[in-house]
Amino acid sequence: MNIVVCVKQTPDTAATISIEEGKATWGDAPLVLNPWDEYAVEQAILTREELGGKVTALSLGPEEAREALKLALAMGCDEAILINDPLFESADTLIVSRALAAGIMKLGEVELVFFGRASVDSDSGVLGSQTARRLGWPSISWAAAISHHEGAIEVERMIDEGRQVVRSSLPAVISVVKEINEPRYPSFMGIRKASKAEIPTWSAESIGIDGSLSPAVTWPEMFAPQVKSAECEFIAGQSAQEIAEGLADRLIAEKVI
Amino acid sequence: MDFKLTNEQEMWKQAVHEFCAAEVQPKASEMDANASFNHQAVKKMGPLGLLGLNIAEEYGGTGIDSISAAIAIEELGWSCGGTALSVSAHNGLGCAPISLFGSEEQKKHWLPALASGEAGLAALALTEPSGGSDLSRAVQTHAELDGDEWVINGSKAWITNPSVGSLVVTLCRTDSREDSKAFSLIIVPTDTKGLHIHPAESKMGVRASPTHALSYENVRVPAKHLLGEIGQGLYQTYEALDGGRISIGALAIGLARAALEEAMRYAKQREAFNAKLSGHQAIQWMIADGVTQIEAARWLIFHAAWKKDQGGRFTKEASMAKLFASEMAEKVCRNAIQILGSYGYSQEYPVERFYRDARLMTIGEGTSEVQRMVISKHALG
Repeated sequence: MNIVVCVKQTPDTAATISIEEGKATWGDAPLVLNPWDEYAVEQAILTREELGGKVTALSLGPEEAREALKLALAMGCDEAILINDPLFESADTLIVSRALAAGIMKLGEVELVFFGRASVDSDSGVLGSQTARRLGWPSISWAAAISHHEGAIEVERMIDEGRQVVRSSLPAVISVVKEINEPRYPSFMGIRKASKAEIPTWSAESIGIDGSLSPAVTWPEMFAPQVKSAECEFIAGQSAQEIAEGLADRLIAEKVI
Repeated sequence: MDFKLTNEQEMWKQAVHEFCAAEVQPKASEMDANASFNHQAVKKMGPLGLLGLNIAEEYGGTGIDSISAAIAIEELGWSCGGTALSVSAHNGLGCAPISLFGSEEQKKHWLPALASGEAGLAALALTEPSGGSDLSRAVQTHAELDGDEWVINGSKAWITNPSVGSLVVTLCRTDSREDSKAFSLIIVPTDTKGLHIHPAESKMGVRASPTHALSYENVRVPAKHLLGEIGQGLYQTYEALDGGRISIGALAIGLARAALEEAMRYAKQREAFNAKLSGHQAIQWMIADGVTQIEAARWLIFHAAWKKDQGGRFTKEASMAKLFASEMAEKVCRNAIQILGSYGYSQEYPVERFYRDARLMTIGEGTSEVQRMVISKHALG
């Protein structure tokens, strides 16, 4: 089975975000494989271990995103491809999904595509579904468990109301939540393989995208929300009743009750 | 000359660090308090390659370069001194002699399960109750051939790992002659009848690493458990120890780094005399010395590791690196306690644990005094 896992390089979740001249910046925080995508990579590898085949990690991003792809390789993906082109510099998810879908079509004979549920930086969480729509394949989001049945899959989705079990034909696009597995740590042998791996770069043209792309969503301004200051006041008293009365008086004075 | 880690080494450092931060460090304080071994974390180390640092790929290990091995042990030391000591002893003392001197058959038989972690950890038994630094005098445990079996009698002391492992490579007298060719290394499985593993010692530090006294009472193992040639045991031991010393030095660096990180965090937040501690020169100097000494120790360790990979002996380099790194770690941990003041002395903060753990590094696998003997012998000829 040919499996693709779409990954993104993001800042470390421990990074402190600040806003400078209307742009979000993470300073020199280390860049990592999007933590949610680790679950997608693990699921792709588990699927290959169960059913055989090949896992290709696919990322759209700048040259540095190679490092995230290397981590996916170190975990056990067979191949990695970077889609990188100046055309994609201010891409929104509609453009990224178009490029990823084109990349998946170029790979050919793909049966399953995995996404993490969102990326920790932009956190839109729609890329999986958008890519599925571009491909014309079923989209299954919030997957917490997957079982395979002759040419079809059964997926347990973790939704607000509870768990929902759905069945789908293949090919399909699945975005996973962290309850689905425990991502493995890359092994030394995996790292050795990854550090020697050739990661090809696909340009926009090579996946059949040309001309100017104008994003539907732009980020004209970004600002940090104002910090709300709160004052803490202790209400003292000799007994619980006295403290409660004091509290009630304060709440009434503040027009809370 | 190139002072840059390779891409592979950088990735490895990052991967081991993340593993240690998630799986080892959070339990370190509890393991120290209860003197318990972190089975759960060590079990997960096999698939990563952390238990096969001295084992070739064909026997299930990583065939890793010595600098990458030092990087891994430093990260382990940063996360938990005791766990790191057990893993270091497994690789550098338990597995290394089998890798270095074992026959093809022995390597195929013993190494894969040690690399994967299925067989638990390996141990090396050298020291005896009456001595350890001068092995050629101290080792009285003897092995005699009886048909196609060795019969071993004697006792060993301060042995790391036997209660959590499957075998103890044991240094025995196999000849009554009075010179350095009287010794041999023999593999003794821990479940062999007559091998008594005494209760774990209660120690000042590295408490997550079990240390035991052993008694050998008519312990019988097949003759084919002898490692390499008969009479070579002492030379084999010294060669294995050279590698082990790089590892202990790397571990000490990890401890110093953890202590310094904690001290810097505290110094940036605690105030005295209307300024952060980090604004006072007295503290700045301790931090500066710590950063410098850690860096110096690391280059000594990397150099010894590099020399090891070039082939040939690296005894002097390993001794210098171990000596400097272990004494440096004690100093840096001492200063970290000083910076944290009473909190540093309290078990509420981890720096007192780092200090207790670091104290062992100037003793285990050759005391500082033995390292100085080795170094001066090389210098003076």
